[in-house]
Amino acid sequence: MNLQLLWKRVWIAAAVLAAALAGGLAGSLPASALVEVNVTGGKVQPLPIAIPAFQGAGQDAQMGSDIAGVISADLKRSGLFVPLDPSTFTQANMSADATPQFANWTAISAQALVAGSVAKQPDGRIKAEFRLWDTFAGQQMDGQQFFTQPDNWRRLAHIIADAVYTRLTGEKGYFDSRVVFVDESGPKDNRVRRLAIMDQDGANVRYLTDGKFMELTPRFSPSSQEITYMSYDNDQPRVYVLNIDTGQREPVGDFPGMTSAPRFSPDGQKVIMSLSTGHDTNLFTLDLRSRQTTRLTSDAAIDTAASYSPDGSQIVFESDRGGTTQLYVMNADGTNPHRITFGNSEYDTPVWSPRGDLIAFTRRANGLFAIGVIKPDGSGERILTEGFHNEGPTWAPNGRVIMFFRNTQGATGGPQLWTIDLSGYGEARLQTPNFASDPAWSPLLN
Amino acid sequence: MVNLPTISRWGAIATVIAAALLLAACAKNPASEPGGLGLGVNGGAGAATPGSSQDFVVNVGDRVFFDTDSSDLSAEARATLDRQVQWLKQYPNVSFTIEGHADERGTREYNIALGARRAAIVQDYLTSHGIAGNRMHTISYGKERPVATCDDISCWSQNRRAVTVINGN
Repeated sequence: MNLQLLWKRVWIAAAVLAAALAGGLAGSLPASALVEVNVTGGKVQPLPIAIPAFQGAGQDAQMGSDIAGVISADLKRSGLFVPLDPSTFTQANMSADATPQFANWTAISAQALVAGSVAKQPDGRIKAEFRLWDTFAGQQMDGQQFFTQPDNWRRLAHIIADAVYTRLTGEKGYFDSRVVFVDESGPKDNRVRRLAIMDQDGANVRYLTDGKFMELTPRFSPSSQEITYMSYDNDQPRVYVLNIDTGQREPVGDFPGMTSAPRFSPDGQKVIMSLSTGHDTNLFTLDLRSRQTTRLTSDAAIDTAASYSPDGSQIVFESDRGGTTQLYVMNADGTNPHRITFGNSEYDTPVWSPRGDLIAFTRRANGLFAIGVIKPDGSGERILTEGFHNEGPTWAPNGRVIMFFRNTQGATGGPQLWTIDLSGYGEARLQTPNFASDPAWSPLLN
Repeated sequence: MVNLPTISRWGAIATVIAAALLLAACAKNPASEPGGLGLGVNGGAGAATPGSSQDFVVNVGDRVFFDTDSSDLSAEARATLDRQVQWLKQYPNVSFTIEGHADERGTREYNIALGARRAAIVQDYLTSHGIAGNRMHTISYGKERPVATCDDISCWSQNRRAVTVINGN
């Protein structure tokens, strides 16, 4: 999908309050009591929200319905919203321009309403607009207008969903993003594994490699235009960088051994990876411009799954240098490695949140696999989900939602992708064409 | 059972080859004991061509097994590797790949590295017992190429392995 969109976005003024005042609603609540999703603490009260089909004339009506559907699915999957059943909506023809009859919406317990319209323009572009209403206060909370190509209607819907999510939670959105993952097909003892990319809601799946050789552990560059990954091409497992748009790929470095688990530095200039030589696996970086390689660890151990902090100053990784796999944090130049996890469990696959405040991990304890988070200083460990198998968390760009993979059991079982909010709410499976593992979330696309 | 007096010479050879192939196929699914040869071969032992990979798999044992998260060689593993050393010395023109594997009760990146460590341990053993390093290549598949797919220890133990794969042949 072409990311060079022709966006034109304007904020539209709050609707006239006169109608609302005349309706006698505004007087019942102070103007400052705007609805918001309570996301603090462990408890979440998902917000009931109404998202009727965006109004459109003729053939635009289908796109209007589709846009509302994508927005609803995004908000529902976030775990923080309950999109209400459209069959309960009593006000028809909710366009972006009209002031809603708020009683129709509060009657079905909608606390917020997204009303929009979409119209094909003479020059072929579509114009889409929406307003977000606080139904109980009778006030507009947001209003935006967009011009773009019809092909971009899904991204449009995700951007609107992000605006609604942000306005109602106070958190940054994450819906306008993509996920790269490993598509897995065939029998369990002879799987074909190849790289695929999709919108974060599962749409627009595209294969990046043909699966002739196994590909694993993909990660996005900060610009989202490139992916680094490991390929078993010609039985020489090593790290590559692939340009998503051109399909060009090149090997990263020329190391005397297998390289794996590559990740970009936040400035996109370096790739950090694991190099296995002899018994040991250690961390190395390669500067993509100067091609200089730097060794960061040199233990008689396995050090792998490195992840940079968002400011690029630190790295978290897993190491068995102490006997069991645990998480370690060090400076980006390799100095001061220190252990941050302790106890009888083992910890793997650490990923630093884009917000910098947490590190997500896979924990193995008592024969179970869990996805959890911990602060970079090692305090505040919290488990989000635990079971027979869960593995490989990746952070949404807003640092709130985590995607991971979970195997179904048995000889015919395989990995599937799941998302969950930091509160532990909204655990939901993502539909993929085949089995899927090893997800990596892109930054926001806009 | 074939009626021997009426079978042709070629038919007899075909029967013997089929039996050897069957034995070789069984060797890929060893009986459960980690560190064991996996298949006690007698009878048809003479069937595989000497110096072939079939011969190696059937008569020597192509794999060793490991405990969870471990790359230590058990006594059975050493015994198998000693037989491998003997065979490899007998056929000095043979080159091979040592594949390291892990079970699925670990995570992907770590298991790739653990498989590499297991392959390296076997490589060290073979070179320290006189097999030239330029005859061998190592590779790790982590947990991605299980031979046994059930969800319990009887399968996981089969997957924690290092396999010596004879090239060509």
